[in-house]
Amino acid sequence: MINFDYVRATSAADAVSRIAAFPGAKFIAGGTNLVDLMKEDVERPPRLIDISRLPLNRVEDIQGGGLRIGALIANADLAGAPPVAQRYPLLGDALRAGASGQLRNMASVGGNLMQRTRCCYFYDLATPCNKRRPGDGCSARDGLNRAHAILGASVACVATHPSDMCVALAALDAIVHVRGPTEGRALALTDFHRLPGDTPDRDTNLEPDELITAVELPPKGFAEHYSYLKIRDRLSYAFALVSVAAALDLDGDRIREARIALGGVAHKPWRDARVEDAMRGEPANAATFGAAAQALLRDARALAHNAFKIDLAARTVVRALTQAARGTPQSQTDKRIG
Amino acid sequence: MTQLQTTEVPAAKNPSLAPPDKLAVTLIVNGVEQTLRLAPWTTLLDALRDHLNLTGTKKGCDHGQCGACTVLVEGRRINSCLTFAVMQDGARITTIEGLARNGVLHPLQQAFTDHDAFQCGYCTPGQICSAAGLLAEGKPLTRDEIREAMSGNICRCGAYPNIVAAIEQAMGRT
Repeated sequence: MINFDYVRATSAADAVSRIAAFPGAKFIAGGTNLVDLMKEDVERPPRLIDISRLPLNRVEDIQGGGLRIGALIANADLAGAPPVAQRYPLLGDALRAGASGQLRNMASVGGNLMQRTRCCYFYDLATPCNKRRPGDGCSARDGLNRAHAILGASVACVATHPSDMCVALAALDAIVHVRGPTEGRALALTDFHRLPGDTPDRDTNLEPDELITAVELPPKGFAEHYSYLKIRDRLSYAFALVSVAAALDLDGDRIREARIALGGVAHKPWRDARVEDAMRGEPANAATFGAAAQALLRDARALAHNAFKIDLAARTVVRALTQAARGTPQSQTDKRIG
Repeated sequence: MTQLQTTEVPAAKNPSLAPPDKLAVTLIVNGVEQTLRLAPWTTLLDALRDHLNLTGTKKGCDHGQCGACTVLVEGRRINSCLTFAVMQDGARITTIEGLARNGVLHPLQQAFTDHDAFQCGYCTPGQICSAAGLLAEGKPLTRDEIREAMSGNICRCGAYPNIVAAIEQAMGRT
């Protein structure tokens, strides 16, 4: 870890003006990803701006429905917040599927959005990585790529985004509120993270001098028909090989609206509006879910070691949709898959 | 919260060669207020072990993957290796050394000895602090739920069944 200096922001405006004035500086909140990356010398910020004490940790109802989630609320607190448990249980389950009890007590919502990939070559300074040093090459493309992307990858990068929370937020059509030096703006969660293209060093569309202040959930929470199903190498405390956030709005056994977001398969939470649109009015049954899964994965491409993820993703989509339709969401403690 | 004294250091050409001043950090550790002067990159774990000589908290992986460094900050369990001490300025920290009361073991410490819930013992302080944080979360838990909630603490000796039994015993007592 390099030496750095440390300042504490006194307000959101102060935080933004401080980062604008010091190129290379980083915000720190929970620290669970950034401190680790600094220890590995993957991140080398000359200055940390501590935002953890800013008053951005409330969960507030929005008039007319919806929920505004402060960017600095801890993942554990958000998972346990009554409006999340009652109206957005898909989000609560995704949060509980991630990390460990200790990490969920530390990690913030904004930090979870800013999580960097867990690609082993990104962490390994001895190997080339275009995300770490643009133009160096990608070691994963022809390396140990069992956990890597099957959708939306590029020649330059096959990394995946590791978050569980963001997969649920993508399914819920969340909106990310950010603040820059002169003005604020709002981005759809699905536009917040990027596909790697030829600039995989940029994970998100956040500008370097912008601060995430809140995440907004629209009124529709799909609290009756949802499931977060995460498949991983061990039953807890592991990143997803594939995860699915499924949500259905049913009219009898017909689908009024479907949402499907995939984690662990791409550089961002993966959604496909065409697939969801095609499910409208269809019966909520195995044939519809199977067709949706095949359509979602139609452009999937395997690397040398991750072909299994294509079938795994399709089956996980079908199972999560089936659980959602039945109103029996996947338990995050009893890991038997019903 | 004490006021943090910071020194504004101009951007150096090579920041890694320009160590900033140490910062005054006050931690209330096991009920005792301690003021230290620490480099900003000192983790809470290193502050406890190397500056306060509280070596009960263990450094396992130092990357948040093993849980050996678990302590309680304001009663909540966290990985002390993944936070800088300066960020915890003013906070109340409880380590394994602070759990016993008046020479009487904490119910979790007693339960871990009753159930032989360790072999080498290296993960044990983190296991016990994590379990203390879990108990403070106040939910009744099944065995499955205890295993899930304790998944952030790795035991390479594989004492998990006895760890779960010890936590169940302590839940009945506290």
